Amino acid sequence: MKQLAILSGKGGTGKTTAATTLSSIVKNKIMADCDVEAPNLNIILQGEIVEKEDFYGKETAVIDKNKCIECGLCEELCRFNAISNFEVNPYYCEGCGLCMYKCPVEAIKLVEEKTGHVVYAKTKAGEKVVYAELFPGADGSGKLVTQVRKKAVENIGDSEYLIIDGTPGIGCPVLASATGVDLVLIVTEPTLSGFADMKRVLSAIEGFKISSVVCINKWDLNKEVSQQIEKYCEENNIEVVGKINFDETVVKALKNLQSLSEYPDSIVYRQIYEMWLKIKKILDERVESK
Amino acid sequence: MRGFKISVLSGKGGTGKTTVSVNLAKVLNNSVYVDCDVEEPNGYLFLNPQIEEEKTVEVIIPEINSDKCTLCGECVKACRFSALTKLIKKILVFDHLCHSCGACFEMCPYDTIIEKYKPIGTIRKGKAQSVDFIDGKLNYGEATGVPILKEINKLIENVDKPVIVDSPPGTSCPVIHSIEGSDLCILVTEPTPYGLHDFDLAVQLVKQRGIPMAAVINKAGEGDNIIEEYCEKEGIKVLAKIPFKKEFAEAYSKGKLLIEVDNEVREIFDKLSTDALELIKK
Repeated sequence: MKQLAILSGKGGTGKTTAATTLSSIVKNKIMADCDVEAPNLNIILQGEIVEKEDFYGKETAVIDKNKCIECGLCEELCRFNAISNFEVNPYYCEGCGLCMYKCPVEAIKLVEEKTGHVVYAKTKAGEKVVYAELFPGADGSGKLVTQVRKKAVENIGDSEYLIIDGTPGIGCPVLASATGVDLVLIVTEPTLSGFADMKRVLSAIEGFKISSVVCINKWDLNKEVSQQIEKYCEENNIEVVGKINFDETVVKALKNLQSLSEYPDSIVYRQIYEMWLKIKKILDERVESK
Repeated sequence: MRGFKISVLSGKGGTGKTTVSVNLAKVLNNSVYVDCDVEEPNGYLFLNPQIEEEKTVEVIIPEINSDKCTLCGECVKACRFSALTKLIKKILVFDHLCHSCGACFEMCPYDTIIEKYKPIGTIRKGKAQSVDFIDGKLNYGEATGVPILKEINKLIENVDKPVIVDSPPGTSCPVIHSIEGSDLCILVTEPTPYGLHDFDLAVQLVKQRGIPMAAVINKAGEGDNIIEEYCEKEGIKVLAKIPFKKEFAEAYSKGKLLIEVDNEVREIFDKLSTDALELIKK
């Protein structure tokens, strides 16, 4: 199994567009959507649910009113200001258990809270996709990302590739998306913020010793910043494997819920196809040399 | 102008939260722009503030005094985040997993745990002409930016000016901390199936918190009706539509404010600010 994670530093740069297009190009693969807060991959792929598992992502303290003697110790000890007037605010409670340990009358217990689902789906064409649904307001933990990847590996079957549509940002869930993969594809845009975000995500995964390659999406929107990105990549030994044009076909496909593979003559589809050939070569060489 | 807080959120990144926040802050004048997207703060690229103050945000993590430690393992048992582990000769602390809850410290029977400070990010304060500027930045790989958001919230608690909060993307815990105490939430969305999906999640979140909300459709054009139909059904006012134009994407790529490159957008934002204030008064 060869694992590719697609990252971007921030949302909206075209990670999912790249992922859905790769999904139609790469035949023997399983897809995993690790953007658990805004899972969009299956909106286009439209896989039907085969299996849906509950995910218990956190514990929350609950005070038993009948036992509580209103001593206030829990409120005093809680470092998250989650307790006031002998009630727990579940949005603030981190489930650390300190109040439970210290309650003199054992009036507090921790209750496991369901915070989302892990879903395994299959498209009509037999493509496999795993994603999660995190409930709004729940903690967007790396744990759920890890669970999505685990589920994908369980269902890998004889697929040769695992393609991970990663989490945006630079925090813990991103590291959970990228840990142990063979290659990271960073999708960036030639904007000042896109460039800044790309540098941040590269620094975030630096310690992981994973090779990264870069795709500049909408590269012709600002050729000057594009050039700066290419120069930066060259100086840091990062290959730019793709430069994708700004093309309204992408918006059109998205609005019609289509993959770019339905526009095989479009320049953007061909550019992504070429990009895959380069990625495949790097991925195959890396894994075989292990 | 009296103080109030408007939070701008979107369900996910890349829909135009920062565009709406910086332009709105600028149009309101004499306002405070607060960038709470601590993983990728980008507002400074558009406002070019003069930074006047920079402060490190620290959290407390445990340090084991191995001279006194008996390796009883009570701290390991107490920690629900697996941040402590017992080896043959010592207790090992994994900083990145620590939630700074203090359970190990409180549960240690021999007082061998010392609490020490560890920096997780920075908060910057400055001025971008008539707009006060605050942003937070999380260090790489840290588990959560929530402690930074709590510090930022303290800074803006009693400000007597309009405060515009550029929220983190997504719909999880950091968003809740950033929208807390808002008078209005402005939800930015795009008229695509992805946009609608993520917008719906953000709407559910704001409803749960009982904060009034309104919508802005960014990259508007063909297909807007999917958002407008949804808003009508949910009783959400659409405050503005920002058209989809390649020139805007180009201006954004250079770090320019849209209101400064296009008069039509300037008018859209003038009306947006008036209508938003109207909603807050009600």
